[in-house]
Amino acid sequence: MDFTYDDEQDALRDAVRGLIGKAYGDYEKRRQTTKEDPGFDEKVWTQLAEMGLLGLPFSEEDGGVGAGPVEIGIVCQELGRVIAPEPYLSSVVLAGGLVSAVGTPEQRQEILGALSSGESVLAFAHAEPGSRWSDSASAVTASQDGDSWTVSGTKDPVLHGARADVLIVSAALSDGGTGLFVVQGTDVADEGRTGFATYDGGRAARVTFDATAATPLGTAGADVTASIAIVHDITRIMAANQSLGAMETLLAQTTDYLKSRKQFGVTLNTFQALTFRAADMYTSQELTHSLVDWATMVVAAGKPEEVADAAARVGLQVSRGGRHVGQEAIQLHGGIGMTAEYSVGMYTAHLTALDHLLGDAGRHLRVLDATLDEHGVIDPLDRS
Amino acid sequence: MQLQLSAEDEKFRDEMRTFFTTEVSEEIRTTVAEGRELTKEQIVESQQTLNKAGLAVPHWPEEYGGRGWSDLQRHIWNEEMQAACVPIPLAFNASMIGPVLAQFGSKEQKDEFLPKTANLDIWWSQGFSEPDAGSDLAGLRTTAVKDGDDYIVNGQKTWTTLGQYGDWIFTLVRTDPEVKKQAGISMLLIDMRSEGLEVRPIELIDGGHEVNEVWFTDVRVPAKNLVGEENSGWTQAKFLLGNERVGVAPVGSTKRVLARAKELGAALVKDDPLLRARIIELENELLALELTALRVVAHSEGGEPHPASSVLKLKGTELQQAVSELVVDLGGPDTLASGEAGDTESWYRRSTPTYLNLRKASIYGGSNEVQRQIISRTILGL
Repeated sequence: MDFTYDDEQDALRDAVRGLIGKAYGDYEKRRQTTKEDPGFDEKVWTQLAEMGLLGLPFSEEDGGVGAGPVEIGIVCQELGRVIAPEPYLSSVVLAGGLVSAVGTPEQRQEILGALSSGESVLAFAHAEPGSRWSDSASAVTASQDGDSWTVSGTKDPVLHGARADVLIVSAALSDGGTGLFVVQGTDVADEGRTGFATYDGGRAARVTFDATAATPLGTAGADVTASIAIVHDITRIMAANQSLGAMETLLAQTTDYLKSRKQFGVTLNTFQALTFRAADMYTSQELTHSLVDWATMVVAAGKPEEVADAAARVGLQVSRGGRHVGQEAIQLHGGIGMTAEYSVGMYTAHLTALDHLLGDAGRHLRVLDATLDEHGVIDPLDRS
Repeated sequence: MQLQLSAEDEKFRDEMRTFFTTEVSEEIRTTVAEGRELTKEQIVESQQTLNKAGLAVPHWPEEYGGRGWSDLQRHIWNEEMQAACVPIPLAFNASMIGPVLAQFGSKEQKDEFLPKTANLDIWWSQGFSEPDAGSDLAGLRTTAVKDGDDYIVNGQKTWTTLGQYGDWIFTLVRTDPEVKKQAGISMLLIDMRSEGLEVRPIELIDGGHEVNEVWFTDVRVPAKNLVGEENSGWTQAKFLLGNERVGVAPVGSTKRVLARAKELGAALVKDDPLLRARIIELENELLALELTALRVVAHSEGGEPHPASSVLKLKGTELQQAVSELVVDLGGPDTLASGEAGDTESWYRRSTPTYLNLRKASIYGGSNEVQRQIISRTILGL
């Protein structure tokens, strides 16, 4: 049992921090970048590709690097630390993860190769209005005519759905179950893709398919709901890594502010009412850190049924801890924390977005409720 | 990063689990499982069983019974012990005065006291807090004045847990009233049968007699019972209070109580979504706490404690209290009955006294406000 990074992992973290820190260490750069479409910096995306980060999770045969969940977690934490707007989570971890899990060898090489090299941005078109984190599709349906397939219906929100070169689309199959399809961005009518900015400076789109040409990802007609569930769970855990990075920055900025801001002729850290609240933020952060490390290691240990449980557990903690740290960061800053110019409000907005992306505390509680009667004490070490 | 225990640690855990669940008296373990009070004899018997197997004081120097284990092994030892309902070795002996004597005591003191301390042949009490020196411990006023080869001790200690069983008391006394308050304190080992020493019970909100006042009136203490140098007591007190990295948070026992609560309240829990949500949240927070404890032990090999260790006391006691509160709520109106009914079914009768008793957890050992102070000052630099 070991909670520390090895030398290579430390080096990876330093390298990512160096690159991303240069791009967004100054919050104003993030703010300017997210003001205009596509909402992220294509140059930074290319740099991430050059560093091998976009191919990190994928096997070498597929054009990737073949790194493990711990490495992906490190990248996500660093991106979270500066709330980098690049679509790493949605394009690489989620959409790329699905291609890796379900695609044929040829599809993996082609799609993941282009993703890893930075040539192509992927999006997972899955959520449907009102679907609330389901692993299956219902409003978007697939139709087969001989060897050719089409998809129809509306997906919303699709993260980076307007910019994406390739969409991985989930659709209800006529025989039941959910299939995944590859749709080229160019095959979707322009009026079918309505992009919008999210409240945290990100980008998403409403995408309407109308008998749009689609290629089955993996075996045609196969129900891949279980694969979607697993990749969702892994993405939840990586989103938790990203949230942890953001929480750490929020606390660091709050303590800096308490030490420098003066009122009544003294710095704010003179007031115990404030420093005690900062101490409680630290407690939330550290408990979150522990569960994030653990859940990431559960993924590394590779047992899908345990990954689902770990994803719900870390999700629950991140939901509680992230809201606590975000809300307190704004409160302890006072008025300045309310402004768009200053970073803590946007960090809190981003934590809120991540919280609702793949399930909030309520969703995780419901998942954990199903197994509550099946265990006595929980033993974190018994899992591998 | 690796979740699995090494083969060696896995084997170690199995050995601990087997020992605790087979070698310690079943009756004692049942008493703990049901949340009933242990007698002095049971506490002594349990520790002696552990000590005979070399499991009472594994963190002491090896020449006095220590085992040279890693912090992780100590953590496993501690968790398995709690999981098996084995009472942990008496803290005053095993965690407090033992390590202090091993570090600061004279050769004579070590030889005289350490073996008996490990075996609980001597029951130690702690003489630190005073009516006017609680969180501000350095403000203590009990005096010790040199008189030939003796010290004459006068004053009052309070909150002396299980002092009614005590044979000896390690006591912080003021030996120099002229200097800065921390610089004038010494630690004396005092025989509780000494003339002029009186133990008076304090009744607590749970109706029990757990703590005491200890009064000193011209108590004569041989100077050889001074620990270390005169006026070095603050160093020893800080060592005693601050050297613990393992077992800071009562994770194992709180997990066990929560699992038992689920079992006892199963009929109620089954269909009550609010109770279920509450239990899930508690289980999750306990998991986060346990993993934090593991991070702390895994990071602190031979070095300074991991900064997150300060979180353990704070969150650990909060969860211990929250679980005790859940048990009361599961009992509902049945909990109004108090006192022992003498059967295992009457867990609810003990639930409210336990809940009330555990309010102490966020007060003792550095109150949770002191912990927040440590976090904000030492870790956050505020």
